[in-house]
Amino acid sequence: MAKSLGPVKRKFSPWTDPSAVPFIRFENITKRFGTFTAVDNLTLDIYEREFFSLLGPSGCGKTTLMRMLAGFEEPTEGRILLQGKDISGVPPYRRPTNMMFQSYALFPHMTVEKNIAFGLEQDSLPKGEIATRVEEMLKLVKLEQFAKRKPNQLSGGQRQRVALARSLAKRPKVLLLDEPLGALDKKLREETQFELMDLQTKLGLTFLIVTHDQEEAMTVSDRIAVMDKGLIMQVATPAEIYEAPNSRYVADFIGDINILEGTVASTDSALGAPGRVRIDCGDIAVSVEQECPAVAGDKVAFAVRPEKVRISPDQPAGTSVNAVYGEVWDIGYLGDFSVFLVKLADGRVVRAAQANVSRLVDRPITFGDMVWLTWPLDAGLVLTR
Amino acid sequence: MRSSRFDATVLTLGFAFLYIPIIILVVYSFNASKLVTVWGGFSLQWYKTMWSNQGLMDAAWVTARVGVISATIGTVLGTLAALSLVRFARFPGRMLFSGMIYAPLVMPEVITGLSMLLLFVAVGIDRGFWTVIIAHTTFTMCYVAIVVQSRLLTFDQSLEEAALDLGCPPVKTFFKITLPLILPAVIAGWMLAFTLSLDDLVIASFTTGPGATTLPIKIYSQVRLGVTPEINAICTILIGLVTIGVIITSITTKQAEMRRIRDEHVAARGTT
Repeated sequence: MAKSLGPVKRKFSPWTDPSAVPFIRFENITKRFGTFTAVDNLTLDIYEREFFSLLGPSGCGKTTLMRMLAGFEEPTEGRILLQGKDISGVPPYRRPTNMMFQSYALFPHMTVEKNIAFGLEQDSLPKGEIATRVEEMLKLVKLEQFAKRKPNQLSGGQRQRVALARSLAKRPKVLLLDEPLGALDKKLREETQFELMDLQTKLGLTFLIVTHDQEEAMTVSDRIAVMDKGLIMQVATPAEIYEAPNSRYVADFIGDINILEGTVASTDSALGAPGRVRIDCGDIAVSVEQECPAVAGDKVAFAVRPEKVRISPDQPAGTSVNAVYGEVWDIGYLGDFSVFLVKLADGRVVRAAQANVSRLVDRPITFGDMVWLTWPLDAGLVLTR
Repeated sequence: MRSSRFDATVLTLGFAFLYIPIIILVVYSFNASKLVTVWGGFSLQWYKTMWSNQGLMDAAWVTARVGVISATIGTVLGTLAALSLVRFARFPGRMLFSGMIYAPLVMPEVITGLSMLLLFVAVGIDRGFWTVIIAHTTFTMCYVAIVVQSRLLTFDQSLEEAALDLGCPPVKTFFKITLPLILPAVIAGWMLAFTLSLDDLVIASFTTGPGATTLPIKIYSQVRLGVTPEINAICTILIGLVTIGVIITSITTKQAEMRRIRDEHVAARGTT
């Protein structure tokens, strides 16, 4: 029997409900440092109990945005609303947010216990209550037997859990996590991701996480905001971001994707009316079923994920739509998947990923083989941005 | 590594150069003879006469008080200067300010002393105990600022942010988080300031007045009348105090290092 994982996760999508009131609202936020614009006229809503990720490369403004919510930076323009109240000018020590720092920032001269109690002591809670809360937190992160240790007597994973316990001890309305798992090794990181999600559901808090690790963002988040150069490129659920990226940037940033530049040859589609779009990409023509505002002659990009491309040594029967022919140029064996790099006649490379479902294959595809790549009409995407 | 005879010789000569004068001073403080240069047998009599030399004892007391008070004020001001230099990376006149903090380090003492003297005369302050303290504070705080600044440069500022984030106001954060962590540097700065004050002759002689003769001034003026073994005795005591200070400091550092290594072992064991 499978181990019980607790109650079934609920469907959660307040952002689709027009009557839902955002918990946190960034309203036309701009932040400049001297002549450098870190965040550029950005508007973003985050809902209560949401696990929200800010994802982007370093320098995209995601950390600045989080620090503005924590109160360490003041926006140059715009305002931040928390539960409808403008929190501009409120110092960090009076904000109902708590942050888990990338470096963990544990106080080295205090024991684990004292670290966790620090925030509670600032609220001048009675001693007994502080002790109860600290114990509760230690239990939550499974560090009961380490209460009397100093941070430098702990391993990296334990320090991370102390930092988490400390930031949760005050039961903040919003927990901010700045690259929380960056310092952990891969295995521990994956475990911790699921622990974080569990904790968030259990405590019913709003989590805002900053990360540059797309896998991490995909795993933990309800929604992701992909950022670049101080702008938000797309805000959507992990599945939407992956399956329906709105731009070349997002498509390329999240996961692996084939992008072929081309021109719209003909289209039956318009905004609000899905239809077939035909695109000329050099020697090859591709077709996509999609809702797309582009008209014939527009420069667009065609994109398709490698795992949606089927690879076969035989010419596919019937259709000649979305079928290209090329030579296997390189193979990446990843265990669960193999990635084939196929070179087309014009020199472009298209990637196809195949799940290794059986241990032995009769006719394995190998270097130098001529192969057909095919994909269904709804597998690809037209990117206009 | 095999040490050659050359290395050994150089080492011996170097140490001899550094320590022979001090050894001679210490040895002659136990001289029974009144003549400084003639050995007349072992005796502690100069320590006894030193003790009953009221002038010398008064000077020692003045020096100790000047040292403690000026080092304390200098440490407070120097720490504040270091904080503002490290924390406020961009403010108008930062370059000028940081340059001005270092200037007294390279300024000839005669000039510092003279300018202090001129200031006190111009303002009309009677020179004495407090003017020496003011003068010593001004030059020792630079040293404190430098010692504390180097510690602050490696200080993880997110520790302070974490404290603020957890609801601790800035001033309290300074006393609960920042100060305990930079305390070793602050103490080192205080000790340096105290030693510098203890040692200073030039600036003190410019700024002192009646009734505030410091030990270096006293020793210097006595030596002009001829070196007495009493001076050797008091110098030996000073050397002894400094040596004890150095030994205590190195033992505590060593222990802290050992504790750190032990902690790392504990952390490595506790990874499961």
